[in-house]
Amino acid sequence: MGSKLSTALLSIQLLALAALATAAQAQDKSSDIIARGEYLARAGDCTACHTAPEGRLFAGGRAMPTPFGTLYTSNITPDPDTGIGKWSADDFYKTMHSGRFPDGGLIYPAMPFASYTKVTRADSDAIFAYLRSIAPVSQKNKPHELRFPYDNRQLILGWRTLFFSEGEFKPDPKKSAEWNRGAYLVEGLGHCGMCHSPINALGGTSQSDAFKGGLIPMQNWYAPSLTSNREAGLGDWSIKDITDLLQTGVSMRGVVYGPMAEVVHNSLQYLNDEDTRAMAVYLKGIAEPSPPPPASSTLPTTESSLLISLGKTVYDKQCASCHGTQGEGKPPHWPPLANNQSIEMQSAVNPIRMVLNGGYPPGTKGNPMPYGMPPFAGLLSDNEIAAVVSYIRTAWGNRGTPVSAREANELRSAPLN
Amino acid sequence: MFARAAASVAVTITLATIDGAAAQTANQPPDTMAARVEACTPCHGNKGEGTSDVYFPRLAGKPAGYLYNQLLAFRSGRRKYPPMNYLLEFLPDPYLEAMAEYFAGEHPPLPQPAPSEVSKDVLAQGELLATSGDASRNIPACVSCHGPGLAGMQPGIPGLLGLRANYISAQLGAWRYGTRTAKSPDCMQQVAGHLTEADVTAVAAWLATRAAPTNPAPVPKGTYALPFGCGSQPN
Repeated sequence: MGSKLSTALLSIQLLALAALATAAQAQDKSSDIIARGEYLARAGDCTACHTAPEGRLFAGGRAMPTPFGTLYTSNITPDPDTGIGKWSADDFYKTMHSGRFPDGGLIYPAMPFASYTKVTRADSDAIFAYLRSIAPVSQKNKPHELRFPYDNRQLILGWRTLFFSEGEFKPDPKKSAEWNRGAYLVEGLGHCGMCHSPINALGGTSQSDAFKGGLIPMQNWYAPSLTSNREAGLGDWSIKDITDLLQTGVSMRGVVYGPMAEVVHNSLQYLNDEDTRAMAVYLKGIAEPSPPPPASSTLPTTESSLLISLGKTVYDKQCASCHGTQGEGKPPHWPPLANNQSIEMQSAVNPIRMVLNGGYPPGTKGNPMPYGMPPFAGLLSDNEIAAVVSYIRTAWGNRGTPVSAREANELRSAPLN
Repeated sequence: MFARAAASVAVTITLATIDGAAAQTANQPPDTMAARVEACTPCHGNKGEGTSDVYFPRLAGKPAGYLYNQLLAFRSGRRKYPPMNYLLEFLPDPYLEAMAEYFAGEHPPLPQPAPSEVSKDVLAQGELLATSGDASRNIPACVSCHGPGLAGMQPGIPGLLGLRANYISAQLGAWRYGTRTAKSPDCMQQVAGHLTEADVTAVAAWLATRAAPTNPAPVPKGTYALPFGCGSQPN
C-alpha cells in the first residue's frame, strides 16, 4: 500500500514535471517564433509603410502617393475591430501569398505581394505570430483616394494577369545554399524589385526586366539597375563593401542616399551577418558587365566643354575639400566620386539631386553619426549645378555624359519626402 | 643594456603605432561635430550664426532642448519644411541631441540689428505687445516666457534675438495657420492665434531691431515661472 502510494505520487510528480517542461518548451518555442517573426518583419520592411510618422507601430494610416491617387496603409496590429485581430494564420498567408484579403477581396499592388508571394509558409506564420504579439491599436483605416477609373478594384485583376505570378521561392539546385538564401531575401521579403525594376505605365514590371533599374514614380529618384555593373551592379565590388553598404549605409565604394537610406535605416541594418552576406553573394552574382551605352549627350560639344570647364571651377571651390581634387573622397564617410557608378550611370537624376538637396546617409548601429552632404540648391545656379555634375560625370576617367541646365532646373521641384 | 634595448624597441613600436594612427586619420574626415554638421552650414552659417538669407534662422546659442525639439519635429514632419524634413529623416535621437548641443554651445557674435522698414508707430505697437502684451485680447508679452532680456530659458524656450523680421513673421504666420505645431499644450499656437497680421508685422519688426545684450545666453531653467502651460517647457 505504502509503496503503491509513493509510486503513484512519484508518477504524479514526474507527470507534473513533464508537463512543466513541455509548457516551458512550448513557451520557449513561441517566444522564439515571435522573435523570428520580428526579424523577418524587419527584413520585409513592413514598418516603412504600415507605421505613419509619429504614429503607433504598425497602426497604418501612412499616405502613399501613387500615379493613380493616394493610398493609405492599413492597421496590421492585432486590434479585433480595426486591425487584423480576427485574422487566422491562413488569412495572413493568403494576403502575403495571393494578394487577397481574407474575404477574397483584391489588394492594391502597392503592397508588394508580387514579391511576398515567394515567402515560405513557416516565415509567414512567424511574422503573423509576431504581429499578434504587439500592442493592439484601435485606429480605423483611412479610405483610399484614387482617381477614376483606378478606384475600381476589379482593374487589379488585369494587373495581376499581366504582372503577378503566384508561388513560393524555388531554390536553384545549381547554386549554393548561401546564394539561394540571398535570392530568397532579395526577391521575397526584401522586395528590392519594387524599386529596382523599371515600372511601366500600368504600374507593373515584367519578369524579364527584373532588377534592371528605373525611375521611382512620384519620388523622382532613379533606382539603379542591380544587374548592370554600369549602374548599381555589384559585380566588381568586394563582398565586404557590399555588406558594409547594406548594414551601415556607408562603404569604401559609396554611400546610400534617397529612398535607399530608408531601406537601410528601417530594415537592412537589423539583418544578421549571415543573411547580409547571403544577399551580398546573390547581388554580386546577378550583376554582369553590360555593353557601354552609346555616348549620347544631347548637348552640342562646344556647350558641354564650356560646361565642364565651369564645372571644374565650381568643383574646386565647393566640392574638392571633401571629395578630393581627384574625386578620391575620404571613404567611407566622404564618398569617392571617381569610378563611382552612381555618378557615372546613364540617368543623371541622382547626382543632380544630391548636389541640389544634399543628404545624410542613415544613422545606423554601425554608423550612428553619419557625415552629411550640404544642399547646394540655394548656392548654385542651374547652370553651375549642370556644370559641376557634368564635370564629375566626365572627369578622372568617369564615363558619364554631360547634363543640361534644364535637367538641373526640373529637379529643383522634385518632391523631398 | 638589455633594458635599454627593450625600451628603445618599445619606443619604436609606440612611434610606429602613432604614425599608423595619424596616417589613418589623414585619410578620414575630422572626427568632430563641426565636420558632421557641414550639411547645415550653407543655410545656417558655419557656426550656426545664420546667413544673408533672412528666412534661415540663427541656431547658435539657442537652448539645446529647444533645438532638439525642432530637430525631432522636422524629422517626424510635424514641423514642415521639406529640405529639413528630408535631411533629418533617418537620423537617430542621440545624434540629433548631439547636433543640438553643438549649436547650443556655439557663440558667434550676434549680428548688428538691421534698420527697420516700418514706421515708428508700428515699432511702438510691436514694443508694447512684446513687453506688455494685450490682456484684453489674451495676448501675453513675449518677455513673459522668452525672458526680460529675450534670451530664452533653458531647456526649451528660445531667445528671440539675432533673428530677422521676415523669419519671425513667417514663424508666427505658420503657427496661426497651423503649419508649425509643437507639443501639446502648444503655447505658441494659442498666442499666435490671437495675433492679427498687423500685430505680427509690428512684433517681428520690433524684435529685429533689438541690439545684442551683454549676455545673450539663455537663463537657467526655473528662473521665472511661465504664465501658462507649454508642452515644450514643462514647469
